[in-house]
Amino acid sequence: MSNQPLGKTALHAEHVAAGGKMVDFAGWHMPLNYGSQIEEHNQVRSCAGQFDVSHMTVVDADGAGIADFLRRVLANNIDKLKVSGRALYGALLNEAGGVVDDLIVYRRAAGYRLVVNAGTRQKVLDWLAQQQGSDTSFTLTERPDLAILAVQGPEAVARCSAALPRTAAGADLKPFWMFEDGDWMVARTGYTGEDGFELILPSADVVDAYRALVAAGVPPIGLGARDTLRLEAGLNLYGHDMDDSVNPLSANMAWTIAWTPPERDFVGRAALEKIKSAGRHEQLLGVVLRSRGVLREGQEITTNAGPGVLTSGAFSPTLGYSIAFARVPLAAAGKATVEIRKKQFEIELVKAPFVRNGTQVYKPL
Amino acid sequence: MSETPNELRYVATHEWARLEEDGTVTIGITDHAQDALGDVVFVELPELDVDLLAATEAGVVESVKAASDIYSPIDGNVIAINSALEEQPELVNTDPFGEGWFFKLRPLDAPQLEELLSAADYVELCNDEAH
Repeated sequence: MSNQPLGKTALHAEHVAAGGKMVDFAGWHMPLNYGSQIEEHNQVRSCAGQFDVSHMTVVDADGAGIADFLRRVLANNIDKLKVSGRALYGALLNEAGGVVDDLIVYRRAAGYRLVVNAGTRQKVLDWLAQQQGSDTSFTLTERPDLAILAVQGPEAVARCSAALPRTAAGADLKPFWMFEDGDWMVARTGYTGEDGFELILPSADVVDAYRALVAAGVPPIGLGARDTLRLEAGLNLYGHDMDDSVNPLSANMAWTIAWTPPERDFVGRAALEKIKSAGRHEQLLGVVLRSRGVLREGQEITTNAGPGVLTSGAFSPTLGYSIAFARVPLAAAGKATVEIRKKQFEIELVKAPFVRNGTQVYKPL
Repeated sequence: MSETPNELRYVATHEWARLEEDGTVTIGITDHAQDALGDVVFVELPELDVDLLAATEAGVVESVKAASDIYSPIDGNVIAINSALEEQPELVNTDPFGEGWFFKLRPLDAPQLEELLSAADYVELCNDEAH
């Protein structure tokens, strides 16, 4: 790792003042929790909480040639964004079909906005620059001047609308839609499996916004709860559930690949078609452990179809037992076993998500 | 800041030991340890009437962050376990020196307790670990 000082978001002092347990996350000094990770998790499932995710990388993509560029570098197809205000989840692939990063693309009145991971920032910026080459028909502009607040939970939209009147029109948005009001973007997106907003706003505005939300009963939530919330919601985490060496078919991301129209030659398509037609990929499934123990990333499992490995694992506060994602052979299903501290435990392979809108939803396979 | 009560003895693996009036010794994990682990979700305790040796595995704490072994600070026979932790593992976080105790031993070698770390020594050890 580099010796550079840790990055601090515009809310850093607020996190410290709120008792945040600060940790190094992808080069940023970020709050893991403010006391109890489980209480924070439950606060989001039952009411509302806010996450500072300003460490994530915002890139504005503009110019006459930008749509063609995004059609080529994204495995999902931005032509699904028929009008401005729509958002799309997708992956950047390398030539071998591995996932360079996962991201959200927003279509704006003019141009697009990409939000990519913090941990992949330099790699993705380099990758996009390499793909752009000498093409000057569009520009890619990083926006370190912007902050991101995710306001999530069943009460999130109501409380956010009341606390921040500029966001109130977001109450009429459907999921994966956004609107912009000046330099504020209000999107009905998130990473928790709950309703809510993601607000992209000037860093200069974010302390006031944060404080108004706290005053409206939307406390800050740390990265620890963010991880268990996304795991329950069946959402992947880059660098754990997929990376440059994993194709999207093996990472429960087949739904993010736009195969049609067949003439759209996106980066990684040729490799991915070969992998798909030969059936040379694995699958990412959900796992539940009903006995007393906690599934963790890296634990090895044995399925009916051969060995597999857990890519993410945690205790699920909503369900009261442990859940995980496992990369397993395509034919794996039903019961399996996991080794935890030299002991074998029975687990069940299921279809994620585990929890949506506060309720258990997973299905046995 | 973490609490470190003066009347208890400590070991470098972050357990505390308390000599009770009847000569038995109660064992738990420190405030510093529970804070580092985060929310505790499962506790695996030793079986009753087992003889434990000092510095050997006596159980496991699973928290939201990691699994950690618990070591017995002294040699002793397990005479009680805190079965409340089965339903309420969070007691380890909320009251690590009280309701969150793990197990009780009848010491096999009572003077052993005197060799464990004092509160001041333990605080110093935690400070060293942090730097």
